[in-house]
Amino acid sequence: MDKHKELKELFNKGFTSLENRLNGGTKGELHTYRKDALKRFNELRFPTIKDEEWKYTNISPVIAKYFKPSADSAVIADAKGVDRFFINRNDFIHLVFVNGRFSDELSFGWKETEGFTVTNLKTAIKDKPEIVSGYIGKNAVIEDNIFTALSSAFIEDGTFIYVNKNTVVEKPVHIFYVTNSNEEIMNAPRNLFIAGANSQIKVIESYEALSSAAYFTNVVTEIFLEEGAVVEHIKIQDEALGAYHIARTEVSQKKASNYLSYNVDFGGSIVRNNLHTRFDESGAENNLRGLYLTSGSQLVDNHTRIDHAMPHCLSHELYKGVLNDSSRAVFNGKVMVRKDAQKTNAFQENKNLLLSEDALVNTKPQLEIFADDVKCTHGATVGQLSKDSLFYLKSRGFSHDTAMRVLIYAFASDVVHAIDIPEIRDYLEKKIAEKLATGLEN
Amino acid sequence: MLEIKNLHASIDGKDILKGINLTVKAGEVHAIMGPNGSGKSTLAQVLAGREEYEVTEGEVLFNGKNLLEMAPEDRAREGVFLAFQYPIEIPGVSNVNLLKTALNEIRKYRNEEPLDSMDFLNMIKSKMSLVDMPNDLMQRSVNEGFSGGEKKRNEIFQMAVLNPALGILDETDSGLDIDALRIVANGVTKLRSPENAFVVVTHYQRLLNYIVPDYVHVLFNGRIIKSGDKSLALELEEKGYDWVKEHITEFVGQ
Repeated sequence: MDKHKELKELFNKGFTSLENRLNGGTKGELHTYRKDALKRFNELRFPTIKDEEWKYTNISPVIAKYFKPSADSAVIADAKGVDRFFINRNDFIHLVFVNGRFSDELSFGWKETEGFTVTNLKTAIKDKPEIVSGYIGKNAVIEDNIFTALSSAFIEDGTFIYVNKNTVVEKPVHIFYVTNSNEEIMNAPRNLFIAGANSQIKVIESYEALSSAAYFTNVVTEIFLEEGAVVEHIKIQDEALGAYHIARTEVSQKKASNYLSYNVDFGGSIVRNNLHTRFDESGAENNLRGLYLTSGSQLVDNHTRIDHAMPHCLSHELYKGVLNDSSRAVFNGKVMVRKDAQKTNAFQENKNLLLSEDALVNTKPQLEIFADDVKCTHGATVGQLSKDSLFYLKSRGFSHDTAMRVLIYAFASDVVHAIDIPEIRDYLEKKIAEKLATGLEN
Repeated sequence: MLEIKNLHASIDGKDILKGINLTVKAGEVHAIMGPNGSGKSTLAQVLAGREEYEVTEGEVLFNGKNLLEMAPEDRAREGVFLAFQYPIEIPGVSNVNLLKTALNEIRKYRNEEPLDSMDFLNMIKSKMSLVDMPNDLMQRSVNEGFSGGEKKRNEIFQMAVLNPALGILDETDSGLDIDALRIVANGVTKLRSPENAFVVVTHYQRLLNYIVPDYVHVLFNGRIIKSGDKSLALELEEKGYDWVKEHITEFVGQ
């Protein structure tokens, strides 16, 4: 396809200007990795709906655009107004990126640190190149995913977190990826979170926009949990409604570690999240919770994969969606229980509420179990609000609209109730109510 | 207050109510008794406005207004309350939130200001004691994980807070042990006043030991076939519903 070739040429050109800009940065292991990634990007083809993994998500609108790598753009990243997104200015560590560029001015609370490093990736590449190279690309391999290959070829900045063993980071780390551009740009942030043995950290990743032109976020996040580490990870995707968002999050877990994920989607035109976790050692657990609220013609696709490679691990997954108008959602939840993963507990649930006749959800639980002594359940529901519940509330004097609103909100907000950062929980609850209110007006 | 005239109702094309006539005045308690399948619960649900039932004939006036033309929420706002036989669990909506929203919707309908939080909480507290409502149930999701007795108690508690003119109790006694029954019934007795009225639907006489009715009606095959005072309930208890069935022609003939 010519379009595909053209797009590849565009990114190859972008890569050349990246190399020019990097100046001395083209030596070293990381740049070898970028070049490998570009090579792989050139070899792979863009997926179509004929590919099983992309069956319900047609990304041709993304490919139809000419997204420039953002750092290449002449647009000055204007950070004015970014502070409106801040949730707790005083007590959180803030890292702010505008159009993929780190804003030293807006980021704060991250310098005076002890036992852990929270910094932008560019700084980490300079200061700790051996650590960065030791981890990058180890969880998110470039071989099988063209978007990962593309994102990896353009690694420049992102967030780097390293928590030493036995260290508890008290302050939540809030990372903002904000787009403010009238040009069609691609942001390719790279996140690397390493939680040492018995360490604890809470990380919030927010995607926001100050502009409304189409843009493309192509983010890759790699998370490493050492033995006994506890990571709470909240991803809030509130991109502009015309934006494309492709996110890949790869998590590896050592013995007795615990990974908690909240993955909330509000914005975006076409959104694809791949969240993959792997138990590398026994006794670990994770809890994956997701919520997608869609309206208009939004498409939100969540692909999750939990790899039970080792015995005695527990995974608990709950994804919920509320779909309005002619929006669409995809949930594909793969749970692999390998031969040696005896005593696995894996629970998966996907529940959807369709508020409009034109809304559509494709849900597919996918269990592949090769061990025999395991407990695995899954369930998927797609439906409307219960008539009994509606009548019950009306019989107490609730108007039809109020009853609907209350029930839908209760259904959706359930996903975020267990977040133990109160400011974030409150923020999400409010945001859920707002998005539902605008969705219901139609 | 309530005038039911020749009420016929059906569900899925099946006739359930076949001509109910009943007049309830302020200050009165009416018990509706009858065997399973006689139409007791249908009557309660039709009065509350359950959409699945189709009214095919007759009329119902509530304080002179046509009740059957009102949406369920407007019936509630006009002062009709149904205590459900099977209260619905609503995960994610707290009891206190349900009551506050309900009360304010009702007040709005009556052109009254919303209650301020302090007044609301004080009122809630005073009503909680009425049915020995444990404090922690207030913050919990509506009926979720409640025992059978807690659910029924919660219905009466909601009724106490919303303070309806007409309370309809749909088999509130079924499934209750004697202690729970006593709590529920005492709650209702305390709510009785010359301004309100109750229709108590029940299968058994025992509830009527605690909520003493002014009238007892026997519902059978969609019609009220016999009415009397509280002694009728005792007679029914003693002789059983078979006695009613055997004498049906006699009763209807009266």
